[in-house]
Amino acid sequence: MPVLEQPSDVLRQFCHGDLDTFEALFRRHQSEVYGWIVRIVRDPAAAEDLTVETFWRIYRAHARFDPTRSFGAWARRIATNAALDHLKAARLEADRLETDLPDDLRTPSLPDPGISEEIRRKTARAFSRLSPKLQVAATLALIEEQPYGEIAEALGISTGAVKVRVFRALRFLRKELQRQGIKP
Amino acid sequence: MNEHDQKRIEQLLKNSLPPVSDRVQAELRHDLWPAMLKRLEADPAAVPWFDWALLAAVAACLAFFPGAIPVLLYHL
Repeated sequence: MPVLEQPSDVLRQFCHGDLDTFEALFRRHQSEVYGWIVRIVRDPAAAEDLTVETFWRIYRAHARFDPTRSFGAWARRIATNAALDHLKAARLEADRLETDLPDDLRTPSLPDPGISEEIRRKTARAFSRLSPKLQVAATLALIEEQPYGEIAEALGISTGAVKVRVFRALRFLRKELQRQGIKP
Repeated sequence: MNEHDQKRIEQLLKNSLPPVSDRVQAELRHDLWPAMLKRLEADPAAVPWFDWALLAAVAACLAFFPGAIPVLLYHL
């Protein structure tokens, strides 16, 4: 995701809570923020709501923003936290109802004929059982193939910590798939 | 876990949950500013709770120790 930057005077105006400046920043960054969120939550409707939620959090925190830093990186971090909160809430709801998370966006566009529908379904189910933190790391690193450095910045952790989360996700998935009778 | 297992799980994941980057859904289809405005109007930026707590603490302090009022005024 390219990070579009603004002159620091624009960012300083934003820090003072100027609504017109906020609108300009919103219009400039909404697509990037949405694109980042939809990669994590994999649901376009939820991603739109979360984009608005992200900018709401950004607007509320305007006074805490440092205009010498990157607005795009800050927005992405807040977007990641909003998406993570959404996944946690969805997980709690699924646990409460004792169901798996929906497979809405999870039908492959170009399925590999070597992998059966059943295996794909079981893999998606195993993935939905990952903790939200591991799910975000695995989605961004393994499925979306985002650079580890960018993931680390968005999650506010080190690159090493991202690698640990991805490894733990892979280990969990292997166990879960084996439990379902699939040998990776 | 060996490298083969990792590659295989990655392959299974990509087949079961294809990257959003490859799809049309990754693009925003309409402007979200009207929804943002609604949100701003419905829920205007509130004063953080700790600001209210600080104000309450100062008010309580002044009520119990009125002698502190000149000191506070001096520092304002």
